[in-house]
Amino acid sequence: MTALLATPWPDVDDLLVPALGETVRMVGIVMTVVVLLGGPLGLLIFNTSPLGLTPNRVVHVSISWIANLGRSLPFLVLMAAIIPVTKLVFGTTIGYQAALLPMSVAGVAFFARLTENAVREVPRELLDVGLATGATRWQIMRGIQLREALPGLAAGVTLNVIAMIEYSAIAGAIGSGGVGYLAVNYGYRRFDDHIMIACIVVLIAMVQAIQFSGDRVVRALTH
Amino acid sequence: MIEISGLTKAYGDTLVLDGIDLSVADAQIAAVVGPSGAGKSTLARCINLLERPTSGSITVRGQDLAALSGRDLRLARRQIGTVFQSANLLRRLTAAQNIALPLRHQGVPDPEVRRRVGDLLERVGMLHRANHYPSQLSGGQRQRIGIARGLALQPSVLLSDEATSGLDPDATRAILDLLTGLRDDLGVTILVITHEMDVVRGIADQVAQLDHGRIVEQGSVADVVRRSDSALSRALLPMPPAPDAEGLRTWTLRYRSDQVAPTWLSRVGRDLGEVAVLAALVERSGDAPVGRLTVGLDPRLEERRVVEVLADHGVAAEPATALRAVADERQDERRARQAEPAA
Repeated sequence: MTALLATPWPDVDDLLVPALGETVRMVGIVMTVVVLLGGPLGLLIFNTSPLGLTPNRVVHVSISWIANLGRSLPFLVLMAAIIPVTKLVFGTTIGYQAALLPMSVAGVAFFARLTENAVREVPRELLDVGLATGATRWQIMRGIQLREALPGLAAGVTLNVIAMIEYSAIAGAIGSGGVGYLAVNYGYRRFDDHIMIACIVVLIAMVQAIQFSGDRVVRALTH
Repeated sequence: MIEISGLTKAYGDTLVLDGIDLSVADAQIAAVVGPSGAGKSTLARCINLLERPTSGSITVRGQDLAALSGRDLRLARRQIGTVFQSANLLRRLTAAQNIALPLRHQGVPDPEVRRRVGDLLERVGMLHRANHYPSQLSGGQRQRIGIARGLALQPSVLLSDEATSGLDPDATRAILDLLTGLRDDLGVTILVITHEMDVVRGIADQVAQLDHGRIVEQGSVADVVRRSDSALSRALLPMPPAPDAEGLRTWTLRYRSDQVAPTWLSRVGRDLGEVAVLAALVERSGDAPVGRLTVGLDPRLEERRVVEVLADHGVAAEPATALRAVADERQDERRARQAEPAA
């Protein structure tokens, strides 16, 4: 029976390639937003903490709270919860654009924490070196904190990209497009085993490749 | 020069530094010693202006740096170079890039940065390691890069905060030679915070002992060592353990003057007969020799005569047994005092 329902192998490409393109586009756009917003946010969370360069309890607690908000809800719930906002911003609640907002919200919050952790790993004494040589706070953040945290940040980006691929697949459940959408609609709902297998293979290959290159980058950045 | 006066630092109700007065002249090396918990690291962090003193002043070239804040404070920090305990090099920068960091932060143009980094690498003898990362350097090499970085902004004062802790003796020696070279060639005023007495004897011109946030003793190293009764003196030049001399009376000797002739021992022998050297520590501190010895002398010699003969050569003498007797006496007194209320 499955053989009758399954897309013939030669035709799998026709569905898979565009879906893969959508996934890459979704993750690419979201990761740009994530790094540009989540990175500075994480840096701010750390530096307003008592260990940071400009401790400020009120600011620290507030942004920390906001960052937690984006990570409190399971992604599926978050996605459903912000559908009205998505509709307002993109004018649609389906297609890959619809997934961009919830993915960005969850991703930024995640990356803020990853950045905070990476920057926390930079020994306090190195910040003292900057201060003792009369560097400005901005110079210390850029020239010492971020530079020394770079391997940790690269590992964070790797982790985040993989999480976003996973989220893009979850977003497939509400019709966002991409490999996840294909797996849910063809593989699951139509019992199309060929598509299912193809999606699984593509997802596994993608995650493995990303983790492998991420590790290589981290190693290259570590001295 | 650097002049610290009335420096106090309190954290809440805890007074960590309690009125520190310390002044170091140009091209001098001063050492601050003390047990852990005495306030050494807090003092270091106040001097390099990473901590703001609760009160008091830190004057470098006539400017009170402790009173500054904001941008002025940030710029003032450049007048005091710091060499940190574990060098604190950025792991992702090469030796040369680490030295260049303060220059780049100050906006020094590239060709000038390259020239100065080259000079500094040469001064610390690390030109051949310019492009190595810290993980590829030994502890002593890292520390030399740390010193070069501390000097990058041409500070008038260099603060060395436990810079030789954890280094092996050879590496320590190399760092100390480097520091004395900076004093002698460049006229840098150096403040060394350390718990290693060898370091103090090796390079310091003056020494201050910190205890419970106060300076309890200070002076030129040679003067302090020639004092008989001070704890710092005994810590700086400890008496090596001596065996008993069979049939002889044991004396402890100490160089009291800075004019002790190297041949004093043979001359004393002419007056007092055979001198058995049981233990001795003689070395140069600054320009003058310092020393402590335990010797055995003929027990029939009159005590006064021994003291007089040695005093002629600039050496103070005390019968070791007498010392022990005094100590016993004091202990007896204490016991008596303790016993009184009970009785």
